[in-house]
Amino acid sequence: MFPKPIETRGSGAVLRYQLILPIALIIWLLPLIAIFLTSIRPGSDINAGNVFGWPSDFLLLENYKAVFTESKAWLYLKNSFRITIPTVIISVALSCLAGYALSVYRFRAALPLFFIFVAGNFVPFQILMVPVRDFSVQTGLYDTITGLVLFHAAFQTGFCTLFMRNFIKALPHELIESARIEGVGEFKIFFYLVLPLVRPAIAALSVLIFTFIWNDFFWATVLIQGDHGLPITAGVRSLNGQFVSQWHLVSAASLLAAVPPVLMFFIMQKHFIAGLTLGASKG
Amino acid sequence: MNTAVQSGDAQQSWYQRNRFAITPWLFLAPAIFFFTLYVIAPIFQSIWISFFEWDGLGEKKWVGMGNYVELMDDDRFYTSLKNNIWWLVLYMLAVPVGLAIALFLNQTVTGIRIYKSLFFFPFVISQVVVGLIFTWFYNPDFGIVGIVWEFFGAKPPAILADENLVTFGIIFAGLWPQIAYCMILYLTGLNNVSPDQIEAARLDNAKGFGMLWHVILPQLRPATFIAVVVTVIGALRSFDMIAIMTGGGPYGSSNVLAYFMFETSLSEYGFRMGYGSAIATVLFLIMLVYISYFLWRMYQDEKGA
Repeated sequence: MFPKPIETRGSGAVLRYQLILPIALIIWLLPLIAIFLTSIRPGSDINAGNVFGWPSDFLLLENYKAVFTESKAWLYLKNSFRITIPTVIISVALSCLAGYALSVYRFRAALPLFFIFVAGNFVPFQILMVPVRDFSVQTGLYDTITGLVLFHAAFQTGFCTLFMRNFIKALPHELIESARIEGVGEFKIFFYLVLPLVRPAIAALSVLIFTFIWNDFFWATVLIQGDHGLPITAGVRSLNGQFVSQWHLVSAASLLAAVPPVLMFFIMQKHFIAGLTLGASKG
Repeated sequence: MNTAVQSGDAQQSWYQRNRFAITPWLFLAPAIFFFTLYVIAPIFQSIWISFFEWDGLGEKKWVGMGNYVELMDDDRFYTSLKNNIWWLVLYMLAVPVGLAIALFLNQTVTGIRIYKSLFFFPFVISQVVVGLIFTWFYNPDFGIVGIVWEFFGAKPPAILADENLVTFGIIFAGLWPQIAYCMILYLTGLNNVSPDQIEAARLDNAKGFGMLWHVILPQLRPATFIAVVVTVIGALRSFDMIAIMTGGGPYGSSNVLAYFMFETSLSEYGFRMGYGSAIATVLFLIMLVYISYFLWRMYQDEKGA
């Protein structure tokens, strides 16, 4: 292990380390701690210059309730779920199929196709913006959640296929070979043999895509116009305009926007990190 | 009846004979369809549109290289390009800083797991939220910057309103989640460093920085590669923070190509889709350098495998 385990330097070093850890963490998360403290203090504190001190009053419930009653935060949150969940389902489903085809079958187009999915995943959003917006306007998908979901799902298919293909490629190929010799059809092999084996990859992709899409701001701005479809990220921005200089409410709304991905990360931490660090440990 | 059965047999055996050639395309069809429609085709359409003057609604007017010629004379373009280079260079700090934090946290004391996940927090939060937090942090009247400066008896600068500081202020905010990302990549990498090699190196009296440089870093190369790739992409994609924190201002001084493109084609500054597409094409070409390098590396790996 590198660096040397701290235990080998005696109990004094361990104690020192355990003392430094929380201090380092507080400094690292200072922006978040500050915004949380702001979100539970009365607005008058900020005007009085009490921003980083102890709140003069704790208004956790009041402030967060105010966000919901005085703005459309609830609608924005609901929209975020309506955008995120279908996107996750579609892109993961498409990439399971595509990843399977690209890893199990040997055909000449397999590698070039795989590279196209990988490359497409890295292009800047702006090169897609004008045609995608135009296409959505032409087909009546502009300013609808369906239109946004279809785009997100298509774009995320690139990353998901990269992930799935490499995951399936690492499975023992003999399993599939022996099923073929037994005379099991190709579709049955996919559904009954491969799908159960890629469950960890599906979990990892789902949390990752959930976080990516939840945090999307650009495409929501480009493809959605009205409050009826704006997700919470774009919503927080318009709340920022609505609650001018009511920093306690803006902070509360921002933290609300962060809660679902943070929860997702904590619950599915193992899968999340496995997905994110794909390739980081491969030799 | 007999013939019908026979032709059914023939059909099935035709599929049976060709199933390894046909099935992959059946599996691929939906993904290829969507990906072509929404990702591949639009790239070429954008490049095509960049040769026109177009407001997004009316007739397109062919201007040839006109948009590119105009771009070469546009000060806003050079400001954005310069800022993009600053982003690329300074964003790279996320890689060594992420490594440093990973080395700091790579211990086994009780509770370390929860510390690792809390350090990772900034990456999970939306950039919109990060941008808002830092806008507020930088506020000279009541932000932390104001407090720190006043503590030293200086007049706090209005970072986001200062043409010379604004880009650095935004990059600094952007580094926060990016460092967390690099940190988690290195933590995973460190987990997989071969203990035998470390022991062998320790017997050879290697330690500290020499050990890190000669023994550990070579083994962390896959992690470093991914960290650099995601950081470059993050730097060139920077959009959310700029939109939230400054909207490209003051006077366009914090603009980057991604935001400049958006502003040109879809905002109160006009709907110049053709000109916007030309900016997007330039950004795409810059990214293409990195994409090609990444694909080339992947191709080497595939050949080796």
